[in-house]
Amino acid sequence: MRAIQYAAPTTVDDAVSILAEHGPRARMLAGGTDIIVQVREDARDADVLVDAKHIPELTSLTVDADGVTTLGAAVPCYELYNDAQFAAAYPAIVDAARIIGSTGIQGRASVGGNLCNSGPAGDTIPALIVHTAACNISGPGGARQVAVEDFCTAPGRNVLGNGELLVSLTLPAPSAGSGSHYLRFIPRNEMDIAVVGAGAFLQLDGDTISAARVALAAVAPTPLFVREAGDALVGAPADEASFAAAADLARSAASPIDDMRGTVAHRKQLSYVLTQRALRGAAARAQGGSPSNGH
Amino acid sequence: MATELKSGKVHVQATINGEIVDVLAEPRESLLEVLRDHLELTGAKEGCNNGNCGACNVIMDGRLVNSCCVLGVEAAGATIETIEGVASPAGLHPLQDAFLENAALQCGVCTPGFIVAAKALLDENPNPTEYDVRWWLAGNLCRCTGYDKIVRAVLDAAERVRAEA
Repeated sequence: MRAIQYAAPTTVDDAVSILAEHGPRARMLAGGTDIIVQVREDARDADVLVDAKHIPELTSLTVDADGVTTLGAAVPCYELYNDAQFAAAYPAIVDAARIIGSTGIQGRASVGGNLCNSGPAGDTIPALIVHTAACNISGPGGARQVAVEDFCTAPGRNVLGNGELLVSLTLPAPSAGSGSHYLRFIPRNEMDIAVVGAGAFLQLDGDTISAARVALAAVAPTPLFVREAGDALVGAPADEASFAAAADLARSAASPIDDMRGTVAHRKQLSYVLTQRALRGAAARAQGGSPSNGH
Repeated sequence: MATELKSGKVHVQATINGEIVDVLAEPRESLLEVLRDHLELTGAKEGCNNGNCGACNVIMDGRLVNSCCVLGVEAAGATIETIEGVASPAGLHPLQDAFLENAALQCGVCTPGFIVAAKALLDENPNPTEYDVRWWLAGNLCRCTGYDKIVRAVLDAAERVRAEA
């Protein structure tokens, strides 16, 4: 690896001033499973790494009195699936955290890091979108909040400006009768990058859907929020016909490319099939069960 | 006070296999490089150097990690367990016995990673199913055995660990 400088600030303000001083050559280091490899392989032109893991706001997972969760940007994946309260509240995020890389990757890699890496196939990003997560960003100009669906702007790029960092994610309080699910298609069982990924959230009022959100991975330059698929489900019964209609909208919204992982036609079809399955899984969880295709 | 940017040789103190160790590491060096090149702990192997193969697995603060994806300077204050710390003066760890008796290795390059990863699993779950073992070890690649003997060895070791408990 090229020579780099390393800083371990203990406050957000200190991290901001280092990032602001060094501009794009400075990058935050959370789990490191992407950024260390990218710097080593010269895929990112960075030579100042700012360790996120000594800043309390980035390493803590808290729930306030109203049930709103604040997930520090550097909290590793394993902490989420070992936290029964978090897993019950945000199951799609845990579905994604369990399938990113291997056990060893999940011991370091964070949801915030996955989001800031801003890959089109980032598994946690559709899961965050369907849970209506918001990014808490701090920078030289103060703090601001951005919806996760508006965070990524292009492959590997996002809205973070000079000196800004992702501090945490805010997740709305879970409500009774809701459920979510994220799944992806890969040619093997584990340790791969999504050909397509799909996340869904459903809020049920009896058998009727009162709120719904759908998002896809790896079918566009950024993870894709399919607002119209969720909107079409509101007021509809939670049944196969509704799910198929929403999945049709997801297929139409997908604008994938041909690459070594799959073709446009394959990815369009997967957008349909996986959206259906994500909705079935979300409905099963909303009704107290579990997705039949989950592990 | 502004945070110092560290470069050149950085003093890192960590607990490795129960011993407090001081080492000078450059920020660009991975934990794997620090272990192998400065501390002569060459059990952890460099396979892919990008987090895919698991040959460099160590246990850091109780969690399985790929030491190629950790900077040496990030290990300051950490507790690290490497393959060199798995056996005790009393003898091999049940996993090591089970790997030998089940012929779960051929060339041996992946073996330290598999044993450290399997130890992290058994530390957390001494009664894993075959599915649990295969899922947990998905990040460890072996080009010789076809995995089946490794999975059998881990299940065998789990039985031995439970019998000892």
